[in-house]
Amino acid sequence: MTDSTSTPDMIRRSAAAQAAALAAGETSSEELTRAHLDRIAAVDGDLNAFLHVSEEEALTTAREVDSRRGAGEELHPLAGVPIAVKDVVVTKGQPTTAGSKILEGWVPPYDATLVEKLRAAGLPILGKTNMDEFAMGSSTETSAYGPTRNPWDRDRIPGGSGGGSAAAVGAYEAPLAIGTDTGGSIRQPGAVTGTVGVKPTYGSVSRYGLIAMASSLDQAGPVTRTVEDSALLHELIAGHDLRDSTSLPGPVGPYAEAARRRDVNGLRIGVIEELEGEGFAPEVRARFTESLDQLERAGAEIVRVSCPNFEYALGAYYLIMPSEASSNLAKFDGMRFGLRVIPEDHPTAENVMKATRGAGFGDEVKRRILLGTYALSAGYYDAYYGSAQKVRTLVQRDFAAAFEKVDVLASPTAPTVAFRLGEKIDDPTAMYMNDIATIPANLAGTPGISLPSGLAEDGLPAGIQFLAPARADERLYQVGGALEALLEDSWGGPLLAKAPELAGGAAR
Amino acid sequence: MTTTDITPVDFDEAIDRYDPVLGIEVHVELGTATKMFDGAPNIFAAEPNTAITPTSLGLPGSLPVVNAKAVEYAIRIGLALNCSIAETCRFARKQYFYPDLTKNFQTSQYDEPIAFDGWVDVELEDGEIVRVEIERAHMEEDAGKNTHVGGATGRIHGATHSQVDYNRAGVPLVEIVTKPIPDTKGRAPEVAAAYVRTLRDIFRALDVSEARMERGNVRADVNVSLRENPEAPLGTRTETKNVNSFRSIERTVRFEISRQAGLLDAGEKIVQETRHFHEDTGGTSSGRPKSDAEDYRYFPEPDLVPVAPSREWVEEIRAALPELPAARRRRLLGEWGFSDLEMRDVINAGALDLIEQTVTAGASAQSARKWWMGELARVAKDRDVEIEALTITPAQVAELQGLVDGKKINDKIAKQVLVKVLDGNGDPAAIVESEGLAVVSDDSVLTSAVDQAIADNPDVVAKIQGGKVQAIGALIGPIMKATRGQADAGRVREIIMEKLGVS
Repeated sequence: MTDSTSTPDMIRRSAAAQAAALAAGETSSEELTRAHLDRIAAVDGDLNAFLHVSEEEALTTAREVDSRRGAGEELHPLAGVPIAVKDVVVTKGQPTTAGSKILEGWVPPYDATLVEKLRAAGLPILGKTNMDEFAMGSSTETSAYGPTRNPWDRDRIPGGSGGGSAAAVGAYEAPLAIGTDTGGSIRQPGAVTGTVGVKPTYGSVSRYGLIAMASSLDQAGPVTRTVEDSALLHELIAGHDLRDSTSLPGPVGPYAEAARRRDVNGLRIGVIEELEGEGFAPEVRARFTESLDQLERAGAEIVRVSCPNFEYALGAYYLIMPSEASSNLAKFDGMRFGLRVIPEDHPTAENVMKATRGAGFGDEVKRRILLGTYALSAGYYDAYYGSAQKVRTLVQRDFAAAFEKVDVLASPTAPTVAFRLGEKIDDPTAMYMNDIATIPANLAGTPGISLPSGLAEDGLPAGIQFLAPARADERLYQVGGALEALLEDSWGGPLLAKAPELAGGAAR
Repeated sequence: MTTTDITPVDFDEAIDRYDPVLGIEVHVELGTATKMFDGAPNIFAAEPNTAITPTSLGLPGSLPVVNAKAVEYAIRIGLALNCSIAETCRFARKQYFYPDLTKNFQTSQYDEPIAFDGWVDVELEDGEIVRVEIERAHMEEDAGKNTHVGGATGRIHGATHSQVDYNRAGVPLVEIVTKPIPDTKGRAPEVAAAYVRTLRDIFRALDVSEARMERGNVRADVNVSLRENPEAPLGTRTETKNVNSFRSIERTVRFEISRQAGLLDAGEKIVQETRHFHEDTGGTSSGRPKSDAEDYRYFPEPDLVPVAPSREWVEEIRAALPELPAARRRRLLGEWGFSDLEMRDVINAGALDLIEQTVTAGASAQSARKWWMGELARVAKDRDVEIEALTITPAQVAELQGLVDGKKINDKIAKQVLVKVLDGNGDPAAIVESEGLAVVSDDSVLTSAVDQAIADNPDVVAKIQGGKVQAIGALIGPIMKATRGQADAGRVREIIMEKLGVS
C-alpha cells in the first residue's frame, strides 16, 4: 500500500516518472488516475480545460491495468498513466463535439486509430479537452462551450486551438494529452502555457478518427510537460494505418532515446531570418536568442538561413485551410448525426440543413466555410486555391534548400506571450498572425516541436520551435531534449514550477 | 406559348429535317466484395443501413481508402474499350448538398480519369457496325437511396417525409462517357440501345459486374441534340437521367428527337437541362436546368493519394482479359458454320450463350440452334418469358438431342419430352425411361403389328405388290398409331418390304 499523501505530488511528475513509479509499485494506476480526477475536480471549474470527464471509464481502465500488472503481465511503458484527448478525436462511447454546438451530444460509435492505440496500451482516458470550434482559432475562445483559461493567468488565453490539452497538462490535470496541429494548434498553446508540444511529420500519426479541418494539413501529436514524455507518447500513437491513405509506412522512432541523448555537438541549427524580427515581442526574441546561445555553448553550430517564401505562407494557408474545411464540414447537415434544427416553415431536407448549419456553427467556422467556398468557386479556383498550392510548393522548396545547409531550423513558436481573453477575438487578422511561425511546417508536412524558452513579457512563458525535415522527427527530440536540460539547469527546475498556484489546487 | 404546348413532330419527319447527335454516359456498379473507399460489404438488397461503416456513413473522423480491386476493374473496362490508361490520376470532390450523399460531396474523378480516348464497335440488328468513340472512363462512388413516403408513387412531390438507405452509398462505379456520336440519323434510338447493350455484354464478359439493368447495376444518361445538318455545329442538348432498360433508352431517344424537332420547328430554343423518362407515357419531362455554370467546386481529394497503376500491372491485366463478346461471336461463327443471318438471329434472340453451352454439353451447333431458335423460342414466346428464363438447361437440351441422335426417340416424341422437361418432370432420359417413350424397335412387337396391318389392308398390299411402293405409307400410318408413335418407322418399313417380298 502506498502513501496516499504522496499522490498529489505524483501528478506534478513527468509521465515518464509516473510510469516509473507505477512500474516500481510506488503507486497504482487507480490512485494516479484518481489523483488526476481530483485535480480536475479542484481546478477545472476555473480553467474549463475539459469538455467531458470520463471518470468511470478511466478508473475501470486503471484497475484493469493494475490487475494486469499485478498478474505479472508485460505492459506498455506508459500503461496506467492517464491521458486527456482533444475533443476533435473520436472516442467510442465518449461524447465528441470538436468544440461545436453542431455535435453536442454526439457519441461516436468508433475509436480513432490513435485512441485504439491508447486503449491497447492501457492509458486511462480522463476525458476530452476543450478547443476552438473545429480547431479554428488560436485562443480556444471560439469553443461553443466557453474559453479555456491559461493556468499562468486566468485572464489570458491558453492558445489554440488545443488550449484545453495544453492547459490540462500545464495545470497538472493530466500528465499527457493528445493535440492536433493544422497551423500550430499544438505548438502555439504549448508556447503560451509553458508546455511541450510536437507536430509530427504529416502521416506519422493516423488521421483516422480525427474530425478533419484541413485534411492535407491536420496532424495529431503529443502535448506534455517534458520532451521525453512527448517522445514516448509519439512512439505510442505513430505508425502506418491502412485506414488512412496518407499515413506513412516505415519504422517509428527512436524518439525517447533521442530525447535523452543530451548531445547537440556539431548539430547545425538554422535561424529562420524571416521569423525572428518584426512582429515578435522583444522578450520573446530575447529568450529565443538565449536559448540558441545555450545550444551554441553546448557545441551546436548556429547559422542564419533565409526562407523567402515563408512570407506568403500565411496567405496561402488561409486559402488552402478554409477550402478544405468548407468541404470537410459539409457533412454536418443534421441528416445523420449531431444537432438537427427543424424550421417550422417548410421543413424540407434543404431547409433543415440550412437551419442546422446556421444554428450549429459559430462565427469563425462560418467565416472559414465562406472563405473556402469562395476560393473553390468556378472562376476563382485558379487565382486562389491554385495559387496557394503553388506557394505551398515554394515553401516546401525553401525547406528543402534550408535543410541542405542545416539539420534543424529554429524560430520563436509564437510572436507573443499569451494575450488577454477577448483581446483579439474581434480581429481575425490579428488572431491569424499568431500562427505566422508555425504554419510553414504544416504547408510542407514537416515536423515541429515547441518547448519553453523562459519567461517573457508579463512574466509569462514563451516558446522556442524547432523544425526538421519530413520523417526526421528524431532530430526534434534530440535538440529539444538537450535544450530542455540546459534551460532547466539554468532555471533550477522546470519552468512550470514558476507558475502561480491555482485556486483549489494547492497541496492538500 | 410555353414549350409544353409544342406538339412533337413525327419521328421520320424529324429525321428528315434534323440531324441527331447522341452522347451517352453509362454508370456501371462494380461487383467488388467491398465498397469503393471502405470495407463495408458491397451487397444488393441487404436490410437498410446494415452494409455500412463509419466511412460509408461519412461519420466525423472517417477516411476513405481506395479499393484496389475496383481500380483493377476500372482498368479492365478501360482496356476493353480500347482506352489509354493514365499513368497517374487523382480523385476529386464533387460538392453539392443532398441527403443521400453522406459527406455532401461525391468522391469522383474530375480532370484526371483513369481511362481515356477509346472506342467500341457496336453491332446493330442488321449487322451494321457503328464505331462509338469513348471520351473517358472514370471511377467514383454511388450515393445512398432516398425513399419518399406519403406522396404518390414514391415521388418527392407531396411526400410527408423521406428515408435514406446508405447501403448503396460508396458502392464503386465506373462512368463511361462517349464523345458525341454523329451520323446515326433514323437509327439513333437503335444505336443508343445497342451501345448500352454492348457495354452490358462487355461488363459481363469482363466479370466486373452482374450488369443487371433491372437492379440498376447499369444506368444510362442519354444526351440528345439536333442540328440542321451534319455540317452544322452541335445543337443544345438535353440529358435524360437514369434510363434503365434498352427499350427505355430507345424510346427516350425517339421521344427527345420528336420533342426537340417540334420546338425547333416552332422557332423555340432547346433548354439545356436534365430530364426524366417516364415508363408509363414513354415521354420525358423537365428535371432541373443544367448549365455549364453549375458549380460543383471540384478540388483534388486531399484524403487520398494519387492512383498510379504501374505499366507492368496494366499489361498483366491486359494479358488476362477474357475474350470479349465481339471476338467471341466471330470465333463461334467460324466454329459453328452458321450463316451471318442465322448468327444475328441467335444474338438478337439472346440465345448465344445457351447455344454455346448446349454445344459444350455435346450437341451439334445446328441441332442446338434448331432447338433454341425453333421449339424453345416458340415456347418462350407462348409463355411470354425471356428465352434464358425457360426452365430447361442447355445440358438437358443436349441430352434430348442425344436421344434423337441415338434413335432412342424420334423428333415427334422429342418435342413431347421437351415439354415435360420444361414442366419440371426431370431430365430427358429419365422421362423417356419412366414414361416408356422409347422407340419400339423390338422386331417381335413390330412384326405382329405389321401382320395385322397387312391383314387389315389387302387393297394397299395389292398396290404395293403391283409396284406402287410409295403406297407403303398407308400401312405405316396405322402401325405408328397402334404403337402411339413410338415405333421405329424405318424398321417397320423394312419388315413390311420383307413380308411382301418387294425391295
